[in-house]
Amino acid sequence: MRHELPQPPQAAAGSWHPATTESRTARFILVSVALVFLGLFLLLPLISVFFEAFRKGPAAYFAAFADHDALAAIRLTLLVAAIAVPLNLVFGVVAAWTIAKFEFKGKAFLTTLIDLPFSVSPVISGLVYVLLFSTHSALGPWLKSQGIEILFAVPGIVLATVFVTFPFVARELIPLMQEQGTTDEEAALSLGANGWQTFWHVTLPNIKWGLLYGVLLCNARAMGEFGAVSVVSGHIRGLTNTMPLQVEILYNEFNTVAAFAVASLLALLALVTLVLKTLLELKYGAELAANGGH
Amino acid sequence: MDVRVSGVRKEFDRFPALHDVSLDISSGELIALLGPSGSGKTTLLRLIAGLETPTEGKVFFGDEDASLKSVQERNVGFVFQHYALFRHMTVIDNVGFGLKVRPSASRPSNEEIRRRSSELLDFVQLGGLEKRYPAQLSGGQRQRVALARAMAIEPRVLLLDEPFGALDAKVRKELRRWLREIHDKTMHTTVFVTHDQDEALELADRVVVMSQGKIEQIGTPDQVYDTPNSPFVYGFIGESSSLSVRIDDGEVWLADRALGLKSDAPDGDAALYFRPHDVELVDGCGGCIAGTVIASRRVGATRRVELEIGGAAERVEIEIPADHPAREKSRIAFRPKHWRVFPKV
Repeated sequence: MRHELPQPPQAAAGSWHPATTESRTARFILVSVALVFLGLFLLLPLISVFFEAFRKGPAAYFAAFADHDALAAIRLTLLVAAIAVPLNLVFGVVAAWTIAKFEFKGKAFLTTLIDLPFSVSPVISGLVYVLLFSTHSALGPWLKSQGIEILFAVPGIVLATVFVTFPFVARELIPLMQEQGTTDEEAALSLGANGWQTFWHVTLPNIKWGLLYGVLLCNARAMGEFGAVSVVSGHIRGLTNTMPLQVEILYNEFNTVAAFAVASLLALLALVTLVLKTLLELKYGAELAANGGH
Repeated sequence: MDVRVSGVRKEFDRFPALHDVSLDISSGELIALLGPSGSGKTTLLRLIAGLETPTEGKVFFGDEDASLKSVQERNVGFVFQHYALFRHMTVIDNVGFGLKVRPSASRPSNEEIRRRSSELLDFVQLGGLEKRYPAQLSGGQRQRVALARAMAIEPRVLLLDEPFGALDAKVRKELRRWLREIHDKTMHTTVFVTHDQDEALELADRVVVMSQGKIEQIGTPDQVYDTPNSPFVYGFIGESSSLSVRIDDGEVWLADRALGLKSDAPDGDAALYFRPHDVELVDGCGGCIAGTVIASRRVGATRRVELEIGGAAERVEIEIPADHPAREKSRIAFRPKHWRVFPKV
């Protein structure tokens, strides 16, 4: 025996649709606007990077990486990221821990301070270091007498990168840790765990996905930073040029293929970061849901 | 383990949460800290645990001054209100955590930790759920895991913060009985915090009633219920009705009538407290309380009547047998069987 299920009213029968759904036309327009915008402003530039890089064929593309200066730029970028990201990982966790788990005077000020690198133009961030360490500054002559080079050398680039990428890890962790509160830590302490065991066995597993996510974003920015690094680097070929700076130099010399080849590497990094981030979000979301958002 | 709290005061940012609290708990006792929110009961529990440090005063475990020790050194089993289970660990790893983090000299072997955790899970009737994660358990099961985890470290004192607060009414009643059984088997000195008087009266050997950072009364459930020592305890534990009265030469007067009740309270304005169900109805009125019925509700086996005493000046509630008609505007006269008079402050 078959039961006739009551059918919802057909669209043809009238203009009926659920209250939260827009009409067909409106949906079509909204989706199109979004897609066209994404295509024009995000996808097209990305494709053109690879298109330009391969304009003269794969041979020319790979030749661009055989260049001594380009290799040096890639190495420098990796080195800077390898120093700046772990530093910010540690600072970020410490800052987030301090802000989320303790009450103290000046907490609001510290929270605002962490955001400073986001709100200041990267060029200014770079200039700050120039003012601090240049030969005309108060510190400059002393540093020079000690033979310490900061400006127009690797330490300056690292400092500027650390400054610019500081907020990523901390910003990611503060809301997460605030939401989780301190009872898990108190439970661990009452069971006899010391501070380090509590951090390692309880706090870190609770924040690991947020932490990874913050590190990914931090790394992407550390490798891609242009403004602040440009100011402190001095653009010495083969020595203080990072990948973004190398791209600019090559482009200004009308070496389009080489410029876009290096740029394509950076773009590739961005894509990998995005994919990883999406994967993490999937994982992260499932885990949060499994814990009842608690 | 005896626990002694002696003259403890606690301030948060100059805001006093506890004033001069002293409490003696003997070994093996089950004690309830009962009070409304903001009464300082959780603060007192956390002070005993070492999760807070007193602004003044001391906490002793036996003869030893525990105030000098950190929470890790005090070896207390603390069960948190929302359990605070480690969500990324399985049930058995949660229970074994306290043993796993011990310094290597006193840490049992891995197999020993597993065996003891397993035993404890059987003890709290969760055998077979070792591999589950906290998110996969019901509220009542999580509560039992939390208890097993706290007991795994062989604590000197077991402290529970609103142990049944987050559970539904049925599970709460089951767990209450079950906790009593556990206590009778293990005889841990146990202190639990609750705002639920039924829970405190049913479960505890002694109840500590707290209000506004002070201890109002300490006593057995019978003592605090039958002989409350302050208007607050009268009002907070069980139901109570009160009337403004006057004491004159040892006699209780309601307006211009003597009620025939004797009191040793000092002369002057006072408040008469009694239980609504603990009254006898009387005919005619020589030395009784009489009033006009303004509302009457049938509640279960009894009838609850609101009376207006002395021309709208005051209203009291009493409970009378359900078969009494208690029509509106009719007069009812009664006399409390047990009562207390507290001087007005």
